[in-house]
Amino acid sequence: MNIDLYGFGPALAAGALMTVKLALCALSLGLVLGLLGALAKTSPYKPLQWLGGTYSTLVRGVPELLWVLLIYFGTVNMMRALGEYFGYPELALSPFVAGVVALGLCFGAYATEVFRGAILAIPKGHREAGVALGLSKWRIFTKLIMPQMWRIALPGLGNLFMILMKDTALVSVIGLEEIMRQAQNAVNFAKHPFTFFMVAAIIYLGLTILAMTVMHFLEKRAARGFVRTT
Amino acid sequence: MEWEVIYKWLPKFIQGATLTLELVGIAVALGLLLAIPLGIARSSKLWYVRALPYAYIFFFRGTPLLVQLFLVYYGLAQFDTVRNSFMWTYLRDPFWCATATMTLHTAAYIAEILRGAIQAIPPGEIEAARALGMSKPKALFYIILPRAARIGLPAYSNEVILMLKASSLASTVTLLELTGMARTIIARNYLTVDMFFTAGVFYLLMSYVLVQGFKLLERWLRVEQCQGR
Repeated sequence: MNIDLYGFGPALAAGALMTVKLALCALSLGLVLGLLGALAKTSPYKPLQWLGGTYSTLVRGVPELLWVLLIYFGTVNMMRALGEYFGYPELALSPFVAGVVALGLCFGAYATEVFRGAILAIPKGHREAGVALGLSKWRIFTKLIMPQMWRIALPGLGNLFMILMKDTALVSVIGLEEIMRQAQNAVNFAKHPFTFFMVAAIIYLGLTILAMTVMHFLEKRAARGFVRTT
Repeated sequence: MEWEVIYKWLPKFIQGATLTLELVGIAVALGLLLAIPLGIARSSKLWYVRALPYAYIFFFRGTPLLVQLFLVYYGLAQFDTVRNSFMWTYLRDPFWCATATMTLHTAAYIAEILRGAIQAIPPGEIEAARALGMSKPKALFYIILPRAARIGLPAYSNEVILMLKASSLASTVTLLELTGMARTIIARNYLTVDMFFTAGVFYLLMSYVLVQGFKLLERWLRVEQCQGR
């Protein structure tokens, strides 16, 4: 099979690279937000619980596209005011930063629930053992809870990452030059919309397969030392 | 917040929300119908029955809805056979393109939910039905599907909420549903945050009502009592 891309091959490849960059940046932000959210939701303090609960409910109830639009177009005035204060009147969020913030926010909201489930799945005795050994709260979290939490949370996070990767297509709406945008550019120039959007779809499929393979290895690595008893 | 302006545009938002609900309603209902044969075939023991639904589900779950929407709305016009066929009156219309794409998209997810539900039925129950002399189709209709419906209902309600949010993508093919309406209004009055905020509140309200509705349905189907044992 030979598809004529009218010289848009390199542009599509650059778009794919941009999509991967965007997904990885949003993933890092989302993991931090998700961890903070889960810690807030499982903390004994009522205001923190409320904060974590509101974050995950509010963000999960509103479409991702709306978040992308809201964060890109909605922060213009605020950023300008901020920029004027510091002497950079041109200050504004770039589509990339807006995309990372919006997708990271959405990923974090779902990850909050995944991490919360993982934290709750760790036997209470482990934490108590840490307290009995005289470990500080911080050390209990980093040395006892975190390493065990990863193994339980990994499959859920893998699913979320697949969703995140597909949601990166939404950032094309605010003009970031990722796969979809490049495909649209190519269509505007060379027509043949079906060909170019199909190529875009195949690139996404390839990225999904790649992510699935990486997840498989990570899960295998995290599960080493555990025998499945079935 | 400019509450008066929001109040003034409220009828337009309700109009947009109605279109959103129409899109989602058609997609999840038709998607369910399409997913039933797909899900049954997907959970078959024979590989050649399983292969086609598997490929279908893989494609629709592995690519973004936006790509699928553009493939249908912009892509199909590339083929003269499509443009000359009777289907063109429908495929030219963004509403039918959006509903068709969303239906195909959600059918893949629902089929996967259904497969999980079918495989989660305790094998003893199916064996019992067969031992009572039920034919395979009879066991499917009276035992397997009602049982799978109850197991899969919570996941199906999740999918409906996800589709409610995914319907915002229809705004990219010029449809004036809730997000599209908000963008149009913003082009008139430049109150970006206020208008998107209102749209967000509408989405939250709709998903809240849907969640409560599914809770009632679960109670009516006695999902809780059918679990365990």
